[in-house]
Amino acid sequence: MLRTERLRACYGLFQALFDVNIRVGPSEVVALIGSNGAGKSTLFRSIVGSVRVSPRSVWLDDVAVGGETERRQLNRGVVLVPEGRQLFPSLSVLENLQLAARNGRRGQWTIERLFDELSVLRPLSKRPATSLSGGQQQLVAIGRALVTNPSYLLCDEVSLGLSPLAVTDVYSLLKKASADGTAIVLVEQNVNRALSESDRFYCLQKGRVMLEGESAAADRAKVAQAYFGV
Amino acid sequence: MAIACETLIDGLLLGALYALFGLGLSISLGVMRMINIAHGDFIVVGAYLTSLTMQSAGVQPLTSLVVVVPAMFILGWLLQRLLLNYVVGGSMFAPLLVTFGLSVIIQNLLQETFTADTRSLQAGDIARRGFEVGSISIGILPLLSAGVAVLLFALTHLLLARTHFGRQSRAVADDPATARLIGVDDRNFFAIVTGFVFAVIAIASVLYAMRTPFSPSAGPERLLYSFEAVVLGGLGSLWGTLAGGLVIGVAQLFGARISSGLGPFFGHLIFLLLLLARPNGFFNRQAR
Repeated sequence: MLRTERLRACYGLFQALFDVNIRVGPSEVVALIGSNGAGKSTLFRSIVGSVRVSPRSVWLDDVAVGGETERRQLNRGVVLVPEGRQLFPSLSVLENLQLAARNGRRGQWTIERLFDELSVLRPLSKRPATSLSGGQQQLVAIGRALVTNPSYLLCDEVSLGLSPLAVTDVYSLLKKASADGTAIVLVEQNVNRALSESDRFYCLQKGRVMLEGESAAADRAKVAQAYFGV
Repeated sequence: MAIACETLIDGLLLGALYALFGLGLSISLGVMRMINIAHGDFIVVGAYLTSLTMQSAGVQPLTSLVVVVPAMFILGWLLQRLLLNYVVGGSMFAPLLVTFGLSVIIQNLLQETFTADTRSLQAGDIARRGFEVGSISIGILPLLSAGVAVLLFALTHLLLARTHFGRQSRAVADDPATARLIGVDDRNFFAIVTGFVFAVIAIASVLYAMRTPFSPSAGPERLLYSFEAVVLGGLGSLWGTLAGGLVIGVAQLFGARISSGLGPFFGHLIFLLLLLARPNGFFNRQAR
């Protein structure tokens, strides 16, 4: 179980998150819904250690892990796929994966398995990572996180700027990860897609959780209200 | 003609040493976006360390590398961990100022400890030996140091291109924040990089001290040559640094042929002219 407890995060004097409580069970899929600036990315960055937060605001299996480095969170199995993919341009596709695999945990997700699942990437493995199409880059970015064998995979804006076909590929990869027991938290601009792909959801607005519930039973009107704040 | 040929060869051999000075600077700039103004002073520190090791252990300069290289690695590691990690990653200015201060401190400490007198290493027989190719004579020691320099460039290239260390280096250089996200512990990693840079400095300083007398104030001039090699080659380009060093070396020796005191001046002149022609250096991959 990964959860935040009264999580507050600040950038200097600006407070971005106000007492946010969310929880993600093992192998659960959770969607974070909210407009730009709602604090979704900050929430992710607080959990993985890129934004400093107090120790007792992030809990993993009832151990307080807030404010620790990205490296330690990675070794505990909490990994972020950052918004905009952020592959390393100086590294080939394969090297991006090798770097992550070496730093991460051992498990069922190996580079070989990833290339088996995503056969389109295998012939491109020697190419510079950023020379691929947006959809392929997103697959590599998710793959790069997967080969560290996370228990909790946090995906920021997985489908932003991708073609509908590429979005389908991305979600089919996430489904495979989920089927293997990886819990997934995803930020998705398309609210319908977010609800249909997830078990539960949280609506964030201006750094606060406005609404939460089972995705299947979500009231679209209430979600829209929590999203737009009207 | 024979004289021109000999000058060219001597210049290339000297230039390889300058390139080796620049190698460390090139790595710290490429990986950490950090310029170490005290780089030259650490070359001099390495030379004094070699001198001390030779005196206390009674060994040849090249044998002293066994002590000097690990000692300099540790010095670099500690320096990064205890000082430079606090200033790296922000603006370019903080590391510049800190290492400038470091440079002043080192020069004064060296002068306090070893006096301002010049020292030279007793390199023994190897410094005097040479061989003839036609009418051109080539010294063994310059040839050896050039060979070591090229070898170190090749090894560094392989290290960066083929290993986990290299992948981490390139990832951190591209995007430190994302590198952290996939488990590169950049503070610890930077310490290892600086350790490596200092190990390279150690080798460069032994080769340097074997052929030139040195004094506590010799550092800034070493820094200048290193810097010219790096800038001329293009920031971030390893082989560019080697080429840059060679050009400076050749220019200096041809200058010294024209008038014996004007060697360094001609080096700087050629640097300036080439910089005007190619402001980004020969091998700049792209302006980042």
